[in-house]
Amino acid sequence: MRFLFKTDYEDDIRLFPHSGYIVSYGILLALLLIAPHMLSSYLMSQLVFVCIYATVGVALLILTGFTGQASLGHAAFLAIGAYTAAYLQKYNVPFPVYFLAAGALTGLIGAMVGFPALRLTGIYLVIATISFALIVEEILARWESVTNGNEGMRVKTLSLLGVTVPRDSPTFYYLCLAVLVLTIVGSLNLLRSPTGRAFVAIRDSETAARSMGVNVALYKVKSFAISAAITGLAGVLFAHKLSFISPEMFTLQLSIEFIIVILIGGAFSLHGAVLGAIFIVMIDPFLTYLKDDMPGIIAGIAATFGAGPATAGHIKSTVAAFASLNGLKGAIYGIIIVLFVLFEPLGLYGRWLKIKLFFQLFPLYKRATFKRQKIYVKSERNR
Amino acid sequence: MSYFRAENLSLHFGGLKAVDAVSFAVEKGEILSIIGPNGAGKSSIFNLISRIYRPTSGRIFFEDQDITEEPPYDIAKLGIARTFQNIELFENATVLSNLLVGRHRHSTTQLWQELLFLPSVRANEKVHRRRVEQVIEFLDLEPYRDKLISGLPYGVRKVIELARALCSEPKLILLDEPSSGLNVEETDDMSFWIRDMKSELGITVLMVEHDMSLVNRVSDRVIALNYGRVLAMGSPAEVQQHPDVVAAYLGA
Repeated sequence: MRFLFKTDYEDDIRLFPHSGYIVSYGILLALLLIAPHMLSSYLMSQLVFVCIYATVGVALLILTGFTGQASLGHAAFLAIGAYTAAYLQKYNVPFPVYFLAAGALTGLIGAMVGFPALRLTGIYLVIATISFALIVEEILARWESVTNGNEGMRVKTLSLLGVTVPRDSPTFYYLCLAVLVLTIVGSLNLLRSPTGRAFVAIRDSETAARSMGVNVALYKVKSFAISAAITGLAGVLFAHKLSFISPEMFTLQLSIEFIIVILIGGAFSLHGAVLGAIFIVMIDPFLTYLKDDMPGIIAGIAATFGAGPATAGHIKSTVAAFASLNGLKGAIYGIIIVLFVLFEPLGLYGRWLKIKLFFQLFPLYKRATFKRQKIYVKSERNR
Repeated sequence: MSYFRAENLSLHFGGLKAVDAVSFAVEKGEILSIIGPNGAGKSSIFNLISRIYRPTSGRIFFEDQDITEEPPYDIAKLGIARTFQNIELFENATVLSNLLVGRHRHSTTQLWQELLFLPSVRANEKVHRRRVEQVIEFLDLEPYRDKLISGLPYGVRKVIELARALCSEPKLILLDEPSSGLNVEETDDMSFWIRDMKSELGITVLMVEHDMSLVNRVSDRVIALNYGRVLAMGSPAEVQQHPDVVAAYLGA
């Protein structure tokens, strides 16, 4: 186990607490950089989606994880970013301009959503953000002169500084990766400065935050704006990756997927956004794989335990019928969320921290270390 | 002119007069305690000063400035810090970041500077940290810097709340029952710290307290309240012998 001796205030400010972090993140970055040469084009495409989802996850973490304002409307912010890009593209606006314009516009709309949200907390805020998402979805479908309605919009191939960047090229992947890394670094910077601490203060006690001089309304709006702006940037990349956008892509289902990202990843640390994004992007092909191969596997197991060919065939068709039931995917998502909330509220990153501590303290790890305690009941009077 | 002044301060909830035309003044550098039975309106006065409630009528002055209409977050910026009766800390953050939130009124950096973590932000962070360390030393909180609040015992939380208020470098500090829930030794520590705050840091203290031994030890003056009205004002001994105060406590 490593003991850190802090000798300078800088030790608590820097992003990497010790050299071990630089080594491991350096290796991770190197692997990500050579990934296009190692992985199949299918996995590369999934990796791009991981980057985009993780960027949205970081945005949602700032708002929900650190400021404590729940949102089920992030699909709408993503849509606004994507449509801004597609619309400006028609007028031959260069990529850097419409990329930033999409971020700025989404940030502005995020701030506008933040204002009515000032008076709402908890479940009421969730409902308000859902309504916002539904309104945006409806506008996208109806405002045909700009959004082309339900027919959707083509997104032209990205062109960066005169070079075309196809959506399955390594360059596009590097672009998404760069956006993700810059988002994470920016967010970490924010979280270690007064604004980030004000966010956390609002999450834990608005009364105390106010009495310490935090303008709660201003910081809530700021949090909404930052979160929306980052989501808008991700939306531009999302539009380019899909090369076609239409209103039915940005439904409540997508907002729920973003919530799953941070819930399953772990809503207390930016690591959670990345782990959750990997989970949500990779679970889909995994479920498809199960759906295709599970009937055969189960029939095979039944056969080895002495089932006749007729019985095995029957089992195979029953399992196949079950696997192709409508809505099974949604049910599995639901079960996964419930299991995580019940048994691992800290998410995948929390689990990873426990595994790490187990090896650091071996053989002295106690299960009670992470047991959540609630001894003192907080006053509800001044809320 | 007094340093801090409340004039005819009233807070009515419908027909209930929680605070009823209370006037008092705090002189610079003194420790003034407010005592009174439960429901006398002591904490309500604090909540009026820190603008959690809006007064029904009356005015509040601080350093000859009318602060009755200031928004709550500006009260802290003027140099008035407070603690809470039931502890309002940021549960899921470390002690250090709790104390750094106390420095919020001194933060000058802009959002875009923070996103890039420019050298100016870094330099400011170190200044904040140095101030926080002074408070940590003053209140003996060294063992707890990196601990999460949610895992700390009550007595320590009470001190951390005081520390957070001190980190904002207040001119006037409002302590809402600083000794409630503390044992005898912890209460002793608290009384020394309150006196040191006055003598070493030059902070004016306005305090709500039930523990009369603590009140006697630290207060320069005492105000007794009952049913939202001032019963008596004066030195601790005078107030305790005042017939109305005796009647309010003993029900004579």
